[in-house]
Amino acid sequence: MNIRVFVNYKKNVLDPQGEAVGRAMQSLNFPAHPHVRVGKTIEFTVDGQDTPEFRKTLDKLCNDLLSNPVIEDYRYEISQ
Amino acid sequence: MSAPLPPNPAKELNVAITPELIKSHGFQPDEYDLIKDILGREPTMTELGVFSVMWSEHCSYKNSRLLLRGFPMEKKDPNALGKVLVRAGEENAGVIDIGDNWAICFKIESHNHPSAVEPFEGAATGVGGIIRDIFTMGARPALLTNSLRFGDIRTSAQSRRLLRGVVAGISHYGNCIGIPNVGGDIYFDKSYEGNPLVNALCLGTLRHDQIKRGAATGIGNPVYYVGAATGRDGLGGAAFASKELSETSSEDRPAVQKGDPFMEKLLLEACLELMEVPGLVVGIQDMGAAGLTCSTAETASRGSSGIQIELDLVPQRETGMNSYEIMLSESQERMLVIVTKGREKEIEDIFAKWDLHAVQIGEVVEGDEMIVTHHGVPVVKIPAKRLADDAPLCMQEAKEPATIAQMRDWKPESLQPADEALLQKALPALLNHPTIAQKRWIWQQYDHMVIAGTVLSPGSDAGVARLRLGDKEKYVAIANDCNNSYCKADPYKGAAIAVIECLQNLACSGARALGLTDNLNFGNPYKPESFYYLKEAIKGLAEACTFYDIPVTGGNVSLYNESPELAIDPTPTVSIAGLIEKPEHVTTQWAGRGQSLVLLGDWPNELGQSMYLQELHDLKTGAVPAFEFGKIQKLIDLTLELITQGKVKAAHDISEGGLLSSVAEMLFGHNETIGATLDLSQAPASIRKDALLYGEGPGRIIVATTDADAVLSAARAKGVPAAKIGETSAQGSELKISGTALSWDAAALRKGWEDAIPSLMNA
Repeated sequence: MNIRVFVNYKKNVLDPQGEAVGRAMQSLNFPAHPHVRVGKTIEFTVDGQDTPEFRKTLDKLCNDLLSNPVIEDYRYEISQ
Repeated sequence: MSAPLPPNPAKELNVAITPELIKSHGFQPDEYDLIKDILGREPTMTELGVFSVMWSEHCSYKNSRLLLRGFPMEKKDPNALGKVLVRAGEENAGVIDIGDNWAICFKIESHNHPSAVEPFEGAATGVGGIIRDIFTMGARPALLTNSLRFGDIRTSAQSRRLLRGVVAGISHYGNCIGIPNVGGDIYFDKSYEGNPLVNALCLGTLRHDQIKRGAATGIGNPVYYVGAATGRDGLGGAAFASKELSETSSEDRPAVQKGDPFMEKLLLEACLELMEVPGLVVGIQDMGAAGLTCSTAETASRGSSGIQIELDLVPQRETGMNSYEIMLSESQERMLVIVTKGREKEIEDIFAKWDLHAVQIGEVVEGDEMIVTHHGVPVVKIPAKRLADDAPLCMQEAKEPATIAQMRDWKPESLQPADEALLQKALPALLNHPTIAQKRWIWQQYDHMVIAGTVLSPGSDAGVARLRLGDKEKYVAIANDCNNSYCKADPYKGAAIAVIECLQNLACSGARALGLTDNLNFGNPYKPESFYYLKEAIKGLAEACTFYDIPVTGGNVSLYNESPELAIDPTPTVSIAGLIEKPEHVTTQWAGRGQSLVLLGDWPNELGQSMYLQELHDLKTGAVPAFEFGKIQKLIDLTLELITQGKVKAAHDISEGGLLSSVAEMLFGHNETIGATLDLSQAPASIRKDALLYGEGPGRIIVATTDADAVLSAARAKGVPAAKIGETSAQGSELKISGTALSWDAAALRKGWEDAIPSLMNA
């Protein structure tokens, strides 16, 4: 299975990098909304099946290691 | 009765103020009655939030202000060097004269609770906040230090995680903004488990004519909002900092703010440029805890005027924020500036140049009210002075905790005299304790050399930096200290010893003390035992500062430092800034080969509350070491006299770990580890060996010299007891005590001392 985990700051948390990219877009006259969010993607493969137990383990991994649950949210995609 | 305000444009804020809401905003019923009395009506939801942050301990010092009145705020001789130019409590930070029309501005502030929830961001924004307090005054920040307290990292993975995060957060913010971190102090003790202390200090320099005030004056002058946009960061953070940490704190998540040091650097440069324009800035204040609320209320109160702002004009990072959220947001890197009417273009041009928002959000108005409108509808209408200055001041009940008498009554005789095997084993054990061990793992993460002014790297008794002031140079030293075990056993003496320890550290570096900033970290003031600690510690600080004529120029009070298990040991962190007259007076603790070691002060003879008792006997008990203010004054004067006369090569005071630990640290030089032979035969035979070698206590400094006779005769002339206690070796690295079998290889001791923290943190 291929797993892609997307991590980004929670909606209410300031993202300095996103803000900087937003300002740069505006100074290039790119017609973007200035509220840019820069997150990260973690990709990996694992053996096994997409079961509820597996998703539970994956959630734990995301909470304990891949994201900082105090300030970040995550979501993931699983493909075969 | 005053007429009620119209309904808030945000429907969710038009709710009845219930007793539950009053309680959840931290008010006692009589405090709520006072609010109604001030307003002449029921407050709106937004006003309740405004009062709650303004009257939290963090902003109003409601449980400590009456006690703080005992602090000396000025020098006894108002014309002496170190004259206080801006006093504690007047502005964001105090300012002290350092001669030649220059001044220093410095302050320490805590970010304990945010760091407990999210160590990296909590510590980083703590640094950002204290830097803003300094440049708001018109000063250019020159250096940072910090005072940290954690649980025992040898046994607690949580404390290691917190230490790692806090140190990374401090270094992130300080390194990005380019201000050197020149030192600090750190203790590890299990009372801080789950409730670490993160106290950050910033010191800046300015000319006397550059001092800026945070007052809103001049009817019609525009009020500007500058810096980063407002988001839902840290909602109610100041109120949050005044609550105990509970199991649900990690659910209290929005209260974590995220800092942006690059934004702050722009803000710093823009503000300093703005303040250099003659007559442009009327008043300026940072938006720290309680953000927009605190800055508008305090500037209006100081200016004895009214202020009116419209929230639609406030730059917002998120959509749909209501007045409660905007007023209480703690978004970082924002300031409030009041400029002279008619010169709006000048401020806007300067901020546009630095890529920052500068938006007029209101103006100074007649009367005495702080008026906030949202979509044109008034949502807050409060007399500013009463909001800012009339917070209820309380004196809680104080009760001496039973542990104090128990510890005081502990008899050292109950402990078997130590045999040589124990005395031999104790030295490496103490040097490997994280509190005594080398802190390089921590400070090497900080950029301590940026701006190229750092004279002494962290690791010696005090941090020393060269300040470039126009065409002049001055040398400033800064020392931090507070021994929590002493304060737990006797808060009065413990706090006084923290002041003494800083003075001794400064003297050992060649510096004369000028002014003090303190960070009072205590438990819940509504518990009589906790309040007793607070009250007695403040008394100890006040008496020590009065005796040594060191004015208190500001600081911070952090209460409710309790985790579910226990309150922290009381920790009145003290930082004292001093000046070194000439660069050649800068002194370190590192002795050279072939020098005599002379002990100035009494022989160590007390075991109470020592690290030796804690580590080798598992006892955190005993009376706090005795001291006499007058004797210590003589010792400090003598040390400085010897240093200015060039008679001393190195100096180090005896603190945690006792005489032997201090001697060992003097041998761990920059280039090589040297040995020493100690001869302690002059010590009275009545002193127990363990107390002599490992006992602690203020009032003792070891100096290294090539002219022991001159040092001894100078001590005699001053009336300070002194004795030659040994010599450093010409070669090799053996540390031994003659007349005993005690002997160590200083190089091996050093290895344990250096590896202690890295081996825990890198594992």
